[in-house]
Amino acid sequence: MTTAPVAEAPAVPMTAKRRGAQLVMLAFAIVVVMGAYASVGLGIDGQIPSGTFTYGLGLAVLMFAAYGVLAKWAPWADPLLLPLVTLLNGIGLVFIYRIEQTGQAGASATNQLMWTALGVVMFSATLIVLKDHRTLQRLTYTMGALGLLLLVMPLLPIIGEDVNGASIWIKIGPLTYQPAEMAKMALVIFFAGYLVAKRDVLALAGRRLFFIDLPRVRDLGPVLITWGLSLGVLVLQKDLGSSLLVFGTFIAMLYIATQRTSWVLIGVLLFVGGAVLAGQLFGHVQDRFEVWLDPGNPEFYNRELGGSEQLMQGLFAMGSGGILGTGLGQGFPREIPLSFSDFIIAVVGEELGLTGLMALLMVYALIVERGLRTALAARDPFTKLLAGGLSFLLAWQVFIIVGGVTRLIPLTGLVTPFLSAGGSALLTNWILIALLVRMSDAARRPPPQAIQNEGLTQVFTR
Amino acid sequence: MSELALLLIRLAFLAVLWFFVIAAVGVIRTDLFGPRTAPSANPRKLPTKPAKNIPAKPKRGEPRQMVVTGGPLQGTIINLTEQPITIGRATDSTLVLSDDYASSRHAQLFPQDGQWIVEDLGSTNGTYLDRSKVTRPTPVPLGTPIRIGKTVIELRK
Repeated sequence: MTTAPVAEAPAVPMTAKRRGAQLVMLAFAIVVVMGAYASVGLGIDGQIPSGTFTYGLGLAVLMFAAYGVLAKWAPWADPLLLPLVTLLNGIGLVFIYRIEQTGQAGASATNQLMWTALGVVMFSATLIVLKDHRTLQRLTYTMGALGLLLLVMPLLPIIGEDVNGASIWIKIGPLTYQPAEMAKMALVIFFAGYLVAKRDVLALAGRRLFFIDLPRVRDLGPVLITWGLSLGVLVLQKDLGSSLLVFGTFIAMLYIATQRTSWVLIGVLLFVGGAVLAGQLFGHVQDRFEVWLDPGNPEFYNRELGGSEQLMQGLFAMGSGGILGTGLGQGFPREIPLSFSDFIIAVVGEELGLTGLMALLMVYALIVERGLRTALAARDPFTKLLAGGLSFLLAWQVFIIVGGVTRLIPLTGLVTPFLSAGGSALLTNWILIALLVRMSDAARRPPPQAIQNEGLTQVFTR
Repeated sequence: MSELALLLIRLAFLAVLWFFVIAAVGVIRTDLFGPRTAPSANPRKLPTKPAKNIPAKPKRGEPRQMVVTGGPLQGTIINLTEQPITIGRATDSTLVLSDDYASSRHAQLFPQDGQWIVEDLGSTNGTYLDRSKVTRPTPVPLGTPIRIGKTVIELRK
């Protein structure tokens, strides 16, 4: 038996920081985006657009700045989140540039790049200011109130504004903003804090009926309140997307917190019931259903507001794209109304085809996977719920909009995260990613080394 | 720009896009199977780093595999490399046990001067080499059972 010193024997293998992998992936993402940009130019007029390097360089500078902040303030963070988001944001920029080239009003790549810069600033600010995400737990009810306030803001008389029949905008001077975007995140933080406090009673009390555990009637309160809230959003603001998003996320978080299938069942029943009822009572919801079920009907196609032209053009575009797409810069995105915001997925489907669309959906799936993995690795229930909730929010949003554009579910006006033009959504999603990065940093940070030498006092540094 | 060139660009772009996705999955993969990427904290083996084409081929008489011979994971084989092997219930262990009698970081095996050494990492129920409790880093002979909770492992050629 040796008595060789083993004090410096290898420690328990830890999750590595993976800085190198992150840098390589980040550079790769930027190269892909620049390739896409050049390819758009080649497709349109056979030459590489002069702005390739300006835009590419702009994006690269922004993202490497974000990387610098991440490396300094969240060194253990997940190595993939930033590169994946960079790719999506960059591809979004390219497509908005491409649509701008067709002369569709409202599409502006320069604007989007500016919003991206602001998004990166918000990302950095969140990481620098928020040293410990658990501070948010103390703000549970503040966040709840803030979320509600933001949701009802567009209904207030002076600052609220109606655009295309939905009152989801506020206007302060020349600036317009969709507060619902920020409201979603505030509400997820509120749900996480609330469910951590109340999950025991929601998970345990109740009785068993047939094969399913039913909660007590009086514990239905939170579900009913959220349900009422989302129906209120649906009816008063005519915003089907946000309504579905908030309620679905709440149900998913309730399920994560309690592991009770009955909540999902109750939630689905409530929402379907509410939606059917709203469809009977309110014209604009009914329109959505009609258009969804029978978009080819000329009566719906030619309708002025809420008709099926957009949906049909999107379907035609994806159909003409086929498996491999028409190639960047060679489709007809101009035919689709609002192709740069709600229907950007249809343009991607046309120019990159099913193959490219699937690749982008995979990137979303990977982001969500990293988020859920953070939730798994997290050490306290609040982080678990918050990371799980935010990831689900992202996944659910992609599902609702892609499902709407491909006519799987009724179309709702939601933006595609990171791809669509739109500053409010871009800012919010960058903050969302910053929160995920902050949480993954906490979750992957190695725990203090276990004590090896008996008799030594261990000092915990936190 | 000819049709053919555009077609090639189109296919190349799609390929690059998918290559990005696959590279991302690759990063996740190496993340999941942590030990490959874990920094080796044992500086002594650095000077004798083997040449590239001879990946640390074990000499005759040195163990090459760690085999689980008892317990729920029976039949699991881990090939021995230069990396230390950690055993415990923690999910980042090399051999993850789901055993109430094992601690989360129970024990580790590491190579030193051509021998494999077992070290107990302060576990609750102890690590046994053959019949005796491991109280300090102990070399493991070939074929000697190491008992951790319900799990029995041994080194083989």
